[in-house]
Amino acid sequence: MIWLRIILLTCLGLGVSLPALAAEELLHFDNPAQEQRFQVLVEELRCPKCQNQNLSDSNSTIATDLRDQVYRMVVRGDSNEQIVNYMVARYGEFVLYKPTQKPSTFLLWYGPFILLGIGAVIFVVVISLNKRKKGKA
Amino acid sequence: MRKALLFIPFGVFVVLGVLFYMQLGKDVHYMPSALVGKPLPEFQLVPLESSELVGHESLPKGPYLINFWATWCPSCSIEHEYLMALAAEGVPIVGIDYKDEADAAKQWLLDKGDPYAVVLQDEMGYFGVDMGVTGAPETFVVDSQGRVAYRHQGVVNEAVWQTLQGYMR
Repeated sequence: MIWLRIILLTCLGLGVSLPALAAEELLHFDNPAQEQRFQVLVEELRCPKCQNQNLSDSNSTIATDLRDQVYRMVVRGDSNEQIVNYMVARYGEFVLYKPTQKPSTFLLWYGPFILLGIGAVIFVVVISLNKRKKGKA
Repeated sequence: MRKALLFIPFGVFVVLGVLFYMQLGKDVHYMPSALVGKPLPEFQLVPLESSELVGHESLPKGPYLINFWATWCPSCSIEHEYLMALAAEGVPIVGIDYKDEADAAKQWLLDKGDPYAVVLQDEMGYFGVDMGVTGAPETFVVDSQGRVAYRHQGVVNEAVWQTLQGYMR
């Protein structure tokens, strides 16, 4: 039993650390800030070939190529905005996990809050109706 | 009045049901190209048959197809025969040998025939990224103004050509 546990834990540990080690081996950044930006960008950019994976999770060739491109642009000193615009110009807004705010994405951004508001209104109305009923009885 | 309110959840259910039903059967892999309507990106690529960098001057005049292919791509061998037929009809096709090796590509064209007006090598896939390609095969229609008019992902066949043809002008 204890052995099984150790093996499982080892597997878990390997699974977490191997990709991180591999990435560090291959990519060299000038400073930690660049590496940080790279990590954020490959997590916020969606793989154009996959349905729901970001660039950092996907092993498809195009995701690898785009990761390399993000790396080159980060090291070259391009801003996050420039990198994101570069990807959108080629792959469309599909690649953004954080869509831009514009009329067509209004519901996407604010829909949940609108629904929450409607829920709150209904909640208050029901409560006050019940109170009035109780008062009458 | 109260009874009518009880039907609200049912109404919401019907509206959502219709909404979701309309989304069924949609091709989830369809992705419109971000380049449609825009001029073809600039490039500097080496043709398969020479060793000099070329740009837009190597492209045909008038509307033509750009076909991304590779010897490692199984669907490319499926569509190859149809590309040969299109070429025989006089449709100019620019081949982009995508992330491939020149020797393998030359052998492929010797074995299967060469439907391309020109084949350019995109060994690193940089031009592919500029075109928003996600894999091979992909086929673009470029109109006579040099603008990207249409993009098709996957095998080109008779049915797909019917669509592509509409953009060749």
